[in-house]
This record gives sequence, structure tokens and C-alpha cells, in this order.
Amino acid sequence: MHAIVCIKQVPDTTEVKIDPVRGTLIREGVPSILNPFDTYAIEEALRLKEQFGGKVTAISMGPPQAIEVLKEAVAMGCDEAILLSDRAFAGSDTWATAYTLSQAIRRLGPFDIIFCGRQAIDGDTGQVGPGIARQLKINQLTYVCKIQHIDFDKGEIRVERLLEEGREVVESRLPALLTVVKDINQPRYPTFKGIRRASRMEYPIWTAKDLEGANPAYFGLDGSPTRVVRVFTPPPRSGQTEIIQGETVQEQAAKLVEKLLAEKII
Amino acid sequence: MEFQLSDEHRMLEKTVREFAAREIAPTIKELDRTHSFDPGIFPKMAEQGLLGICIPERYGGAGMDYISLGLACEELEYVDTSARVIMSVHVGLYSCTLFQWGTEEQKQKYLVPAAQGDVIGAFGLTEPNAGSDVVNLQTTARREGDHYILNGEKTWISLADVADHFLIFAWTDMEKKRRRDHSGISAFIVERGWPGLTTDTIHGKLGVRAGNTGSISMNDVPVPAENLLGQEGEGFKIAMSALDQGRYTVAAGATGLIRACLDASVRYANERQTFGVPIGRHQLIQQMIAYMAQRYEIARLLYLRAGWLKNQGIRNTRETSLAKWYACDAAFDSASDAVQIHGAYGFCDEYDVERFFRNAKGAVIYEGSREIHQLLQAEYALGYRQDRPLRCELPAYDPETWTES
Repeated sequence: MHAIVCIKQVPDTTEVKIDPVRGTLIREGVPSILNPFDTYAIEEALRLKEQFGGKVTAISMGPPQAIEVLKEAVAMGCDEAILLSDRAFAGSDTWATAYTLSQAIRRLGPFDIIFCGRQAIDGDTGQVGPGIARQLKINQLTYVCKIQHIDFDKGEIRVERLLEEGREVVESRLPALLTVVKDINQPRYPTFKGIRRASRMEYPIWTAKDLEGANPAYFGLDGSPTRVVRVFTPPPRSGQTEIIQGETVQEQAAKLVEKLLAEKII
Repeated sequence: MEFQLSDEHRMLEKTVREFAAREIAPTIKELDRTHSFDPGIFPKMAEQGLLGICIPERYGGAGMDYISLGLACEELEYVDTSARVIMSVHVGLYSCTLFQWGTEEQKQKYLVPAAQGDVIGAFGLTEPNAGSDVVNLQTTARREGDHYILNGEKTWISLADVADHFLIFAWTDMEKKRRRDHSGISAFIVERGWPGLTTDTIHGKLGVRAGNTGSISMNDVPVPAENLLGQEGEGFKIAMSALDQGRYTVAAGATGLIRACLDASVRYANERQTFGVPIGRHQLIQQMIAYMAQRYEIARLLYLRAGWLKNQGIRNTRETSLAKWYACDAAFDSASDAVQIHGAYGFCDEYDVERFFRNAKGAVIYEGSREIHQLLQAEYALGYRQDRPLRCELPAYDPETWTES
């Protein structure tokens, strides 16, 4: 079994502050972290490795310091980790990022399954995972909250997807790409042994030149079909708060039900 | 000179920080409020490798160095003292001491399961009438054939009621006991379940209420002769060398407590408004925060230096004592200021700082009281005290051999 996990280094949004004048994010001095959703992707891949054997490869695209998140992946138990880093990749939108990652995944050789987090907490698009699947012409199973069944010999998988209205069970052929939600597992902590290995390991850095057969015109800002025109914080939603009074909790609940019925919410 | 943590240390620090935030922080307030120790933390700490963090892999440990032990203690006590106490007692006082003084057979039998976290060890030195005055111990070990028979009472023993194995200090030479000659004291590895050994929990503590502290009673407890740690008469030296590790963990933990006070105070000082500004704008609040920042840096430098000396295999009794004395006083002062900054809110348990304040007092008393450390430092400075080489020194850290299984 060979599982590939795509991970991203993102600013710690719990530490991000908004510039009160410009209304933009202040990124300076904000620590970088492994995208939290990606830790669930790593965990799920590691669980498959524990069950079926094989190896897990982590891959990330970003500036040289993104190696930090690959170290974390190895400390958790990933066997190999590769960084895609090149000035030529800078400014990639989700299409160019998916293209570049898929080219690197091709170079990695045969694989059975790819994991991504449902989205990155900085861009919040959730597009790169599906984009990679399209580029590689494999099935995408997004918002997976449970792998119900997987058989690598027969090349089949059945998962539960977490949708707004409920859960959906989907079957697919392998290889497939899964984007996972937080409900799927509880990520492990890095082990001390893993930390030692991660801090002593060499991390290959692949540049544009290493992706043979790729079209350089699809890399980076030039290869990106979308342009960010403006980034802004939407105005806060205005709403009214009403505290429902009543002698007892039952009375308060009854009043609440009345109001909800009147507003046709229930 | 290198002031930056290595990648390995940084990652370990982050991991333990997350562990403490996820496994300890959510329940600590309730455990503390109800004076409850949660033994469920042992398997979690074991799985993470914390319970054998600085023990070589061949003895069941995680094969990290002594600085890692300190960093882990800082991160644990950042959340609560009770979690760090487990490290102090089980790793610092018990496991490191077996590692330093034990025979190969003793290490295989007792250190391996301890480092793996399968059994928990505790340290039985203090008695009702013997704290700082160690030589006033009353516990005795009488040789009978291939056994020693132990009698006595230990108290203020952390983890007493939950540990499986104990390091017990007792007089084996009654003539020397009478003369108060500490070369008559010996150390023994004692197991729970042996006849005549009972333990109890002490209630009503000011702080560390989520930790277990208790007493051990020994009434004709037969201990096999092979469970003598070191040689007969080496007990005092073993106890003092154990304290070099125990005090180190206390120093590192107190450093974490200072950071917890600093973080809580900074957060509150930025939120709370008086006279139309956040209280952080008031200079007298700033002064308290400045002192906390200063104390944190000093305490951290002192314990990391002691950890570095341990890694090098250099005797560090003096440096460890200084780190412990400074950090514990500084933690108490910081916690007191943190409560002050929080005002009336700091006086109740809605905020963590009142717990920090109660917890901080203990370490000014245990593992060498503030006064004992002042005497030690004065004696070193005046030239009255010198450390002589020990028969068994704590092994220096070796990254190669420590990770061989």
C-alpha cells in the first residue's frame, strides 16, 4: 500500500489579527503551522499503513520553510516527505497548485490512495484536492468522515461523506483521492522516536526542473487562470439578541418554540 | 555557545505542549477542585514516551536527552503542577536513580518496566520527623538471611498511594544511626504487595490537589537482599544524587508555571479595562509583568544549563540547586502577582491563577526547601562545600548508544 498525503503550511489563524484600518489580515509575525485539517489526512493514511503495511509519503508545496510541516508529518509516522519549492511555483492559484502537485505525484510512481484535508484554513477554497484528482484522472471522494470498507487487492473503497443534509455512502475504484473532515479520526501526537527521525532526516526538495514532462507554462502566477483582485473582511452581520424570560426552563422553552413557529423556522 | 533549541527539542516541546493542552487542561480544574488524582493519565503519558523520556531505548525508554526531560516538565507544569510531579518522581527521582546506581539485573527487572510506563515508581525518603534533616530518619532495615526486614514510616511521598514500586531509604547500621553518621543509610527497591507495606493518601493540601501525596507504612516488610540499590551505606549519596535529577525537574516545571502566570496576566491585562484603558497600560501592572518576563528568562536559562551539564556528564549539584531555588521562588512571586493583576477575579477559581498560586507554594518547600538551597549556595560560595566524585555518576547523554535497542 502506498498512500500519499498532501499537506500545507498555513499561518496560525488563531494568531492572525485584522488591521483595523485596512481590514486586511496582518500576516507579519504570525507563526506558521501545519494546516489542522491535514493532520487528519496524515492520521488516516497512517492507520491504513498500520492495518495493511506499506508506506506513507507526505508532499507539500511552498517556500523552503514549509519543510517544518513535513518534519511534523514524519514525526507522526510518515515514511518519506518531499517538498516542492521553486520561485517558479510562487503565486500559484488552486489550479496551478493542483497541477504542480499532480506532476510530482506522477513522479513518485504508483500509489493506491491520496489524502488531503478538506481545505486549508488560510485560503479556505477546498479546491486543490479535487483539482489533483482531476489532473491525475482518478476519482475524488470529498468530505470523507469514515472509510467503511477498503480492499487494495480488489481496488475498491466505500466511504461516508459528511454533507450539510446528512451522510452519503459512496463506492469507488482505487486509486482515489480523499479529502477528509475532522470527524474521521483523532490525530496522534508525534512520538519521540518519530521526532528524532524527523529532525535527523534529509528532505528532498524538488524544483520545476525535477518535474519532467510538466508544462512550465502551467506553473506559478503565470500558470494561474485566476487573479485575486482584492482581499477584504466582509462587514459583520448585524443581528438582534433577545433573551427569553420565563419562570421555569420549560416556560422559556415553550416561548422559544412559539417564536420559532411564528418565524416559520420550525 | 548555542542558545537555540535544536529541531528535536523544538518539536518535543510543541508535542508535549499539545499533549498537556489536550489531555490535562480540559479536566484539571475539576480534578483540582475535587482533590482527585486521575490515574488515567499514566497510560497516556506512557504511550507518549514521557515516562521514560530520558532513559536509553535499551532500558525501555524513549532515548531522548536530559534537556528533553526539562522541556517536558516545563510544558506539563504550564498546565498543572500535578502532571509535572509525575515526571519528577517517576522519572527524576526513581528511574534516573535506578539508571545511575542499579546493577544490570536491577535495571532489567525494575527500570525497563518503569521506563515503558508499565509500573510507576516513587521515592521514599521523607519521614514525619525527617525532611531537611535527612539523618534523622527512623526507618530501619535489619538483615535476616537473604532478606532485609524494613520497618518505618514515610510521609509526604508523591504518588505514594498510586505507585507500584518504591525507592526506600533506611538505616542498615544502627550504631551509625545513633551517631547520626549518614554512611549507615542504605537504599532499597520495594514493591507494593509485599507483606507489611501499606500506603495512604494525605488530604487537605493547600495546592497540587490533583496530585497524589501520601504516606508509606512498613511493618516487618521482607525485602530480598538483591533489592539493595548500590552498596550498604551508600543510601545517603544515592538520595542526594537522586535529588539532582528531582530538583532539576522541579526547576523546569516552576519555569513553566512562571510562563503560565505571564501568559494569563498578559491576556487579562489586555482585556480588562479600568479608567478607560486596558490595565496593561498602567505602569504598576507593567512592572509586575516585566518581572514575570525577567524571571521566566532567568529560570529557563538556569535549568537548561543544568540539563546541558547532565548531557555532558558533568556534576551539576550546585547549578541544579541554584536553578531550583531561583525558579521556585520566582514562580511563587509570579503567581502572587498574577493573582494581584487579576484582582478579585484572581481570588476565585474562575481563573487559573489562584490554582497557580496554591500550587507554587509547595515547590518552595519540597525537594530542598528555599532555606536548604540558600545554605547550599552560601557554602559553595564560601568554599565550605565541594562535590566529590561518586562511585556511580549519572551517565552522560550519548545520541548514538541511547537509541540502540
